[in-house]
Amino acid sequence: MNSQPKKELSVNAIENGTVIDHIPGEITLKVVEILSNPDDVMTIGVNLPSKSLNKKGFVKISNRFLTKEETSKIALIAPTAKVNIVKDYKITSKSQVFLPDQIKGIVKCNNPICITNKEITPSVFDVLKALPLKLRCHYCERTMGSKDLHLL
Amino acid sequence: MLDFQNKHIVSIREFTKEGLLKIISLAEKMAEKPPQDLLKGKILGTLFFEPSTRTRLSFESAMSRLGGSVVGFADPKSTSTQKGETLDDTIRMINGYADAIVMRHPVEGAARFASEHSSIPVINAGDGANQHPTQTLLDLYSIEKTQEKILSEGKKTLKIGMIGDLKYGRTVHSLTIALSMFKCEFYFIAPKILRMPDDYLHVATDAGCKIHQMENIEPVIPELDILYSTRIQAERFFDINEYNMVKNAYVLKADLFKNVKNNFKILHPLPRIEEIDRGVDSLPYAYYFQQAANGIPVRQAILALVLGAIK
Repeated sequence: MNSQPKKELSVNAIENGTVIDHIPGEITLKVVEILSNPDDVMTIGVNLPSKSLNKKGFVKISNRFLTKEETSKIALIAPTAKVNIVKDYKITSKSQVFLPDQIKGIVKCNNPICITNKEITPSVFDVLKALPLKLRCHYCERTMGSKDLHLL
Repeated sequence: MLDFQNKHIVSIREFTKEGLLKIISLAEKMAEKPPQDLLKGKILGTLFFEPSTRTRLSFESAMSRLGGSVVGFADPKSTSTQKGETLDDTIRMINGYADAIVMRHPVEGAARFASEHSSIPVINAGDGANQHPTQTLLDLYSIEKTQEKILSEGKKTLKIGMIGDLKYGRTVHSLTIALSMFKCEFYFIAPKILRMPDDYLHVATDAGCKIHQMENIEPVIPELDILYSTRIQAERFFDINEYNMVKNAYVLKADLFKNVKNNFKILHPLPRIEEIDRGVDSLPYAYYFQQAANGIPVRQAILALVLGAIK
C-alpha cells in the first residue's frame, strides 16, 4: 500500500510581520483588497466563529508593517480590527486601529460638485465620529457616513 | 478668531462668538461714519465665476466707499478659465494684482481650495450650496440692529422663525450655526420634504438652544422676534403639483401679521420671487431691503479687518 502524505492546511505563525484580527467577517476580503500587494505572503482567515462579532476574519502579512494610511483605511471600514506587530514569532505590540482627527487622500467625497472631484487635489476629511462613522469634507463641508464611503 | 488681518473668510464654522460680535460692532461704526480713505491704495480682486448682483455690487461699493479700488470679472467666459486654467493658477495670478480676493464659484469647497493657494486673504462670496459667510454676517448685523443689541448684550433669548426651503437653503444653515452661539430659540417652519437637516438641528440642540419644527406658521407668529423667509425652488420637487401646493402654503401675506410683537421683523436674503407678497413690503415689519443695504457696512468691516486697516 502506498502511503499518501497527510493533507492539511497549515496556518503557521509568522516570523516577522503584521496580523490584523477582529475584522468583521464580511469585511475581511475588503481589508485584503486594501493591503494586497503582488509580492506579499498573506494568510487569510474568513468567517471564523467569534463571540463578539458573530463571524470574524484575520489577515497575516509576512515581512510588512502597515503605513498610517493603511491603518486609517482599515479603521474606516473595520473599526473593531486589531493590529498585532510580530517580531521573531512574538507579538511585540497589539493595538486597536484608530482614525486620526483628519484623513487625507484616502476617501472620495461623495459630493459630485466638490472641488476635490473637479481639481487635482487630494480629498481631506475631518473625522467627527468614528462609531458610527461620520466624516465632514474639509472643502465642501458635506458629511458622510459609512454607507457613502468610497475608498481611493 | 479675533485677529482677522490677512485671514481668509471661508466658512461661518470657523468663527467664534467674539469674532462675530467684533465684525458686527465694527459694521455699526462703519454705518455711522465710514472712514473715507481707510483703504486708499488697496485693491480688491473680485472673481465672480457665477452671476451675482447684490454680493458683487455691495463688495465693490464697500471697497470704493473706503477709498479702495476694484479689479476683477463678473463673467468667467471672458477669462482664461475658459482656456482651461486651473483655479489655483488663477488665484496665484490674482495674488500679484490685488491685496484681497472676493470669490464666488459654483463648485463647493472652491473657496477653501483657493485660500490654500493664496497668500492674500480670500473672502468667500458663495461656493455653490455650501457657504456664504458674509451673508450670514449681514443677517446677524440686521438682527442685532433691529432687536436692541440682543446678540451683544446676551440677556434676552432671540426667538427666530425660519420658513421655506430649510433642507437646501444655504443661508438658513449658516444662520443656524451662527445663532447657536447665542441665546436663541428656533422655530423651523417647512413642509416635511424640506425640513432642516438633522446635522443643523444637532448644532442648535448641542449648543443648548430650544428648537421647534412645524408645518404651519400661523400659531407661532405672535411669538417671533424675527421671521427669516427663503425661496422654495421648483427644481427640488419631483412632482410639480406637490410644488404648487407647498409654494402657495408658504407665501407670506400682510394679513398674517396682524398680531405680532412690536420689535418683529421679516428678513429674506433676496431675490424674493413669490414667497413674500408685495403687500408686505409697506408694513413696518418688512426689513429685507434694509437688510440687503446692511451688506455695505458689514463688508466694509470685513475688508478693513482682513486688510489690516483696523485691528
